[in-house]
Amino acid sequence: MPSKPAKFQIVWLQGITCNGNTHSFLNDPLLGSLLDKVRFLYHPILPSQMSLRELVVKIPKSDLLIVEGAYRGDFERGGAVMEKLLPALAARAKNIVALGSCASFGGIFKEASPESISGIVYDKSEATGPLAAMREKVINLGGCPAHPEWLSFVIGMMLNKRKVALDELGRPKELYAYTVHNGCLRNDYFEWKVDSRSFGTKEGCLYYEQGCQGPFTHGSCNKILWNGVASKTRAGTPCFGCTEPTFPKTDLFRTKTYMSIPSEMPLGVPKRSYLALAGAAKSFHIKRLEERLIDDHA
Amino acid sequence: MARPSKEERKVSIMTKALELFSKEGFYQTTMPSIAEKIGMSVGNLYNYFASKETLAKELILYIANMLGEEIRRINESPLDTREKIVAIVHMYFKIAQERPETIEYFLRVYLSNREVFREGCEGMICVSAFVTELMIFFEEGVRSGELRDQDFFSAFGLFMGYLGGMVFLNGERILPNALESYEASIAENIYNALKAR
Repeated sequence: MPSKPAKFQIVWLQGITCNGNTHSFLNDPLLGSLLDKVRFLYHPILPSQMSLRELVVKIPKSDLLIVEGAYRGDFERGGAVMEKLLPALAARAKNIVALGSCASFGGIFKEASPESISGIVYDKSEATGPLAAMREKVINLGGCPAHPEWLSFVIGMMLNKRKVALDELGRPKELYAYTVHNGCLRNDYFEWKVDSRSFGTKEGCLYYEQGCQGPFTHGSCNKILWNGVASKTRAGTPCFGCTEPTFPKTDLFRTKTYMSIPSEMPLGVPKRSYLALAGAAKSFHIKRLEERLIDDHA
Repeated sequence: MARPSKEERKVSIMTKALELFSKEGFYQTTMPSIAEKIGMSVGNLYNYFASKETLAKELILYIANMLGEEIRRINESPLDTREKIVAIVHMYFKIAQERPETIEYFLRVYLSNREVFREGCEGMICVSAFVTELMIFFEEGVRSGELRDQDFFSAFGLFMGYLGGMVFLNGERILPNALESYEASIAENIYNALKAR
């Protein structure tokens, strides 16, 4: 009788983190079936084969090393400094995922100490992190947190021995070739330049005055919905651009303008063409877009 | 001699129509009077432009594109913002002197007969090429730190209102001196009003 194939072995290592990606992953609706196919040698919350102390001592081989959280060389896990622990685990892993914006680019924690904190391959958008030399086997899943289905997609591809096509920042194109603007339910408002009056409403575009970064942020938040139902823009909050190396920007709820013109144009659109189009669109008053979608007093 | 193409014929109609509209106004100018000026039958004129309104809209698009091209050239030049203001004022007054019918048309037909341009030229659609270039001029001026950040229309009104007003005064023969003698002081006033403090 043929022996049962060995389970796909995963090590989940945490750097400097808020546990956001761990919590996000626990919300994956397919987590149960995924756990039938993989085994966690170490995970900070899920049942695992090893304790953290054993992981640090044994440095096991793995099919996948997932790193959550930002990197700082002297940060300790299980009594070992990351400077030694991370390269050692990485060298014995077939694949590596930098999960979330902190592991990918430095993220929020980098703000505390910009000089010493980075992602595992990228420091913002510069490939100067501790695993830069092995960047070929690292997949970046930027996001604060990363969507759980983005991670299960990547693991699924690995389980099926499929190659994941990556963009220039090592992010899967299947997930990041879109912008957050793609699939946004407010595109009708964007097209006709009708701005939102406040947060939390269904009406209006959040780009012009509320600081929405959807038109120039790579991500599939409006295609692969959160909890299957929502995204920031669907809930009435501007996109923060959390999948990008520029995250976190300051002044998240304000659109920087120069003489009323947004400082950043939608991705790939020349300023001159955009302004001509926007000017034409603004010339129309479309009643259905200027009213509440659902009138509470009707 | 080769027969003029339809496009060339159209340009010559527009040139003559522009003269008439800017001199007589929109309502006083009729399709028969335009046809007569060109030396073609009214019926044939309608082969080129379906109505007087269509012709009027084509003219404003033509003028806005022409002015837009001029400002684009200035925008793309290596001048600083102060020098660009001097160049825009000079360009505008030069056109007002050499081709007064274009600026006259803008002021006396397009801005004074908005009802004619309501459909097909909604808002700023027909003058978009010109307004877009001024937006870029202002945006780059603020981005480089030379101009004060403010609402676009406050700056636009100040700039174009001033230039249009001077051309209007000149057209009414109210200005004591030639238009170009005011260029330097007008450019300085505009710069002082818009500069970053």
